[in-house]
Amino acid sequence: MREEAMEALLLVEDIHKRYGKEEVLKGVSFQLRKGETKVIIGPSGTGKSTLLRCINRLTEPDRGRVWLEGVEVTSRKVDINRIRAQIGFVFQDFNLFTHLTALDNVRLGPMRVLGMRKEEATKLAQEELARVGLAGKANAFPAQLSGGQQQRVSIARALAMNPKLILFDEPTSALDPELIGEVLEVMIQLAKDGMTMIVVTHEMGFARSVADEIIFMEKGVIVEQGPPAQLFSAPQHPRTAEFLSKITELYGGTEG
Amino acid sequence: MEFFLKLGQVGQHLPALMRASVVNLELLGALLVIGFLIGTVVALLQVYGGRLLATGAYVYEWIFRSIPVLVLLFLFYYGPSHFGLDVQAFLAASLALGFRSSAYQSQIFRGAIQAIPTGQMVAARALGMSKLQAIRHVILPQAFRLAIPGWSNEYSSVVKDTTLAYAVGLNEIMRYARIIMDRRYDLAMATFIVVALVFLVFTYSGNALLGLVERRFRIPGLQMPGASRAAR
Repeated sequence: MREEAMEALLLVEDIHKRYGKEEVLKGVSFQLRKGETKVIIGPSGTGKSTLLRCINRLTEPDRGRVWLEGVEVTSRKVDINRIRAQIGFVFQDFNLFTHLTALDNVRLGPMRVLGMRKEEATKLAQEELARVGLAGKANAFPAQLSGGQQQRVSIARALAMNPKLILFDEPTSALDPELIGEVLEVMIQLAKDGMTMIVVTHEMGFARSVADEIIFMEKGVIVEQGPPAQLFSAPQHPRTAEFLSKITELYGGTEG
Repeated sequence: MEFFLKLGQVGQHLPALMRASVVNLELLGALLVIGFLIGTVVALLQVYGGRLLATGAYVYEWIFRSIPVLVLLFLFYYGPSHFGLDVQAFLAASLALGFRSSAYQSQIFRGAIQAIPTGQMVAARALGMSKLQAIRHVILPQAFRLAIPGWSNEYSSVVKDTTLAYAVGLNEIMRYARIIMDRRYDLAMATFIVVALVFLVFTYSGNALLGLVERRFRIPGLQMPGASRAAR
């Protein structure tokens, strides 16, 4: 187990989570190599978001373990804040800090968590904003930005921490259809640049073109996983086929 | 006509009344600072403190919101002497009124903190901030802005409460007005009209200043839920 933990960037082992009577996660395991993009799909309410939150312990798993580069994240002795600083998280509703400009949103983490000096953090934040195409919006407050722009700022905020991987929790689900493309574009570029990512999404076009592997989850377990070509053309499990045809009908199979 | 004459006669006491009103302002400053600091801590404990600390904070708030102000003043002024401690009237009044205000201010701040979407705290923690860092850099800067309207209300209330320190013998404006009245009963009406005017000025200028602060620190998109129409 330990050896495996050393090889994979992220190792998730037998994660269980229960809310009251309902067991949301019933033993989920997978691993992630450096530079890999994994896409998690599945019907809503099957624990995909909970799984993401268990990885950096925004939600405490009831059972199971998580390793990041051989360090056990789920250990009681670990400084979870130091772990979280290495794992980017992009939320469905962006969660930008309302009282801060785009620039301040992006440089807050580097300054307060990484202890970076202000000039350095400012330069870094400006670079990350430029990377997501928002160099001109540095002084705008979140409320002055469109949903797509807010989500791109939140990606810049994650990037500024120089994370080992980024977790995306349905990053385009709260967006108007015409704003989805600009966010996906940024994410596709990130994947091409070699960023390690786990993406929970319904965007099958993105999954098909960018994912190294797709995980299909239902009712708290992984039903099937494999490269996109395999899942889309020859799914092993009838539920996978059913879900994929339904979702493709709903969201369209083309790239966003 | 005769009344205006008396107003004129009070005029000669005006400098002394103004000096006494400075004591009210000093007391106001002291009680607001005490109330602000403790109120902030009490609000944070109620929201983030966990069961034990939150309960303690609620008990504190309950006590200081329940006891009448005069009773508090007397408790703080006469109470310590039973233990051989001599407390100055100013200190006793600052603490009594300050603790009381902290109970009310805590509820203003708690409401403001709870109006902030939970995702703000979650996003701060996801960056690797500790709870305290998140409170300091994300929660409080928003909460204080949201709290300004409610806080203006508290200001208007406690600025008048400073006259109650008269009851423990503090040399504030009310006590001085009383001294004038004892000497010249016919000046009573005119004297208290002057005192009333002083508080009209205090309330007006304080609220004007807070309004300025509110506009200066206003941020687009940051407001109490449902406040959008009122803001326009």
